[in-house]
Amino acid sequence: MRKLHLIALCIAMVAMLAACGGEMEKAEKKDEQADVATGEIAPAGKLVLGVAGAHSGDLASYGLPTVNAAKLVAAKVNAAGGVNGMQVEVVAQDDQCKPELATNAATKMLSDDVKIVLGHICSGATKAALPIYAESQIVLMSPSATNPPLTQSGEYPNFFRTIAPDDAQAALEVAFAKGLGLKKIAVIHDKGDYGKGFASFCKQFVEKEDGMEVTLFEGVTPGAVDYSAVVQKIKSSGADAVIFGGYHPEASKIVSAMRKKNIDIPFLSDDGVKDDTFIKVAGKYAEGVYATGPMDFSANEIYKEAVAAHKKEFGADPGPFFPEAYSAALALLTAVENAGSTDYAKVTEALRTKYVDTAVGKIKFDSKGDAEGVGFAIYQVRDGKYVEVK
Amino acid sequence: MDYFLELLFGGLTRGSIYALIALGYTMVYGIIELINFAHGEIYMIGAFTGLIVAGLLTMLGFPGASILAIALVCAVIWAAAYGYTIEKVAYKPLRGAPRLSPLISAIGMSIFLQNYVMLSQTSDFLPFPELIPEFDFLKGSGFPMSSPELVIVLSTVAVCIGLTLFIKYTKLGKAMRATAQNRKMALLVGINVDMVISATFVIGSSLAAVGGVLIASHIGQINYFIGFIAGIKAFTAAVLGGIGSIPGAMLGALVLGLTEAFATGYVSSDYEDVFAFCLLVLILIFRPAGIMGKEKIQKV
Repeated sequence: MRKLHLIALCIAMVAMLAACGGEMEKAEKKDEQADVATGEIAPAGKLVLGVAGAHSGDLASYGLPTVNAAKLVAAKVNAAGGVNGMQVEVVAQDDQCKPELATNAATKMLSDDVKIVLGHICSGATKAALPIYAESQIVLMSPSATNPPLTQSGEYPNFFRTIAPDDAQAALEVAFAKGLGLKKIAVIHDKGDYGKGFASFCKQFVEKEDGMEVTLFEGVTPGAVDYSAVVQKIKSSGADAVIFGGYHPEASKIVSAMRKKNIDIPFLSDDGVKDDTFIKVAGKYAEGVYATGPMDFSANEIYKEAVAAHKKEFGADPGPFFPEAYSAALALLTAVENAGSTDYAKVTEALRTKYVDTAVGKIKFDSKGDAEGVGFAIYQVRDGKYVEVK
Repeated sequence: MDYFLELLFGGLTRGSIYALIALGYTMVYGIIELINFAHGEIYMIGAFTGLIVAGLLTMLGFPGASILAIALVCAVIWAAAYGYTIEKVAYKPLRGAPRLSPLISAIGMSIFLQNYVMLSQTSDFLPFPELIPEFDFLKGSGFPMSSPELVIVLSTVAVCIGLTLFIKYTKLGKAMRATAQNRKMALLVGINVDMVISATFVIGSSLAAVGGVLIASHIGQINYFIGFIAGIKAFTAAVLGGIGSIPGAMLGALVLGLTEAFATGYVSSDYEDVFAFCLLVLILIFRPAGIMGKEKIQKV
């Protein structure tokens, strides 16, 4: 009898809290399917587009969408008569995102006399393969390698990318802060890889600017019950703005604590905070907060067309880096067309000087190889919504 | 000087938060020598109950202060029921078992409750309404504390005084002390030990629920995982002060809160936890039973 009581008690407890819970939404993700073309060497009169990246192994899901993107672009270009009369053929080489396999893939491309390569996917693999491509004057364009020195070191004039480098967000943030006339910046982070990395880049860029200084550089412990001590520290440091690197739970706690202590200086953060949950949780304190986030290209016609083509051809939504890869393939083929041949000097010249319409917008490449016009934008919370700041 | 005062009051608030939770740990340990790892989850459930009740009352259009009062009462009742049930389900059947068994049972209970709330509610962060009203007399007075902070500190002080008086003067309080001293002897003189243990869990859980609602309303957000970190810190505070001792838990919590605040303010918040735990190690080296703990003589 006592046991029955106990069981009844437990059930009552569970039932009452559970009754308040919302329905769980189950979203099943379909695995992207893509097969790797094991292409042969193209006969004369064909333009070979090499695609290198992780096509098998743990990181294949990052690499395979690029293969699909290359195939779709090739099919589209071929249907319109090819590049300068040449039919485009896609040849894929797998590197599993491993540097040692990446050099093999590069050597294979070289021996197959491929002149333009889309890839690699991972920064480490790209870095390992780049010297081989550079030496034999093969143009390489990555949709996903974000390591800053790949372009910024200036060692690889043959390397281009359609994704913004890791420090682009921090660079944009600091430039924006400068534009607002902010001088003394308190940089706070959550001690995590992402937040601290972003904060360190911000600190570096602020220190480079004349007339701007970092008054405070501190990490907070995620999940701590109270951030008032850090907030006091921000106040006493005399900062006229806060840049926060991290995710929205800490951001909303810090910004709420600041506003409650009547510290009304601008709060700038990263795309870990550009999340609607932040606005929901921080409520009225979220108003006016700036956050950087990826540029919105969902309204881009070429992007929409590419996604529709992908669904039709492969029966699934495209995977990660698909828009970047699609744009890179378009940019490469257009550059060859503009150059009139696959001559290295002419193709790189065309990439750097002629704008091309792609799925991520109208782009051309700067002298170092980063795409101009891709990457991040600044958003601000206005009336409970993130609005792009132009 | 202002900076020092602000840090001092910030540390006091933080210490009070820890104290409200640490009291539950230390009471349970005092009575049955069990570290109730599910206590942090009771705090979290108290906060969730407060959120649900406050949401309902706001929809029904109740005035501000009454929402806080009703949410507090509901959270206390609900969390107390959880505390009672957890004791009956997870610890009572293991009362004669070796000491490790209830400890494992406590950890299991903690994980179960976290996951249960995550599945039945959400794994996302939820906004918690500001239930504590802004006091007019604090505005512009230059007093370095906001009204939620003041409310938290004052409630902790009130709870501590009330609890001390309760343990010292009431019949149940005396029975608790007797059970803590010697359970068998307490049984022999006619104390209903099971009832006393249940009462301890109910009181400890109620305090955690009060803490849950007040703190969540101060911070403004909750999720299923808040009990873990708060619980670990409160447990540290209880050990620091001498686990099993009620004044010890309060003192330990204050020392921990102030250490963290000053470490952040004068050194760096990167090292907040480093200082807190270095202090714990130092105190345990010189006073192995904690600041106010009684050293037990072990007979071999």
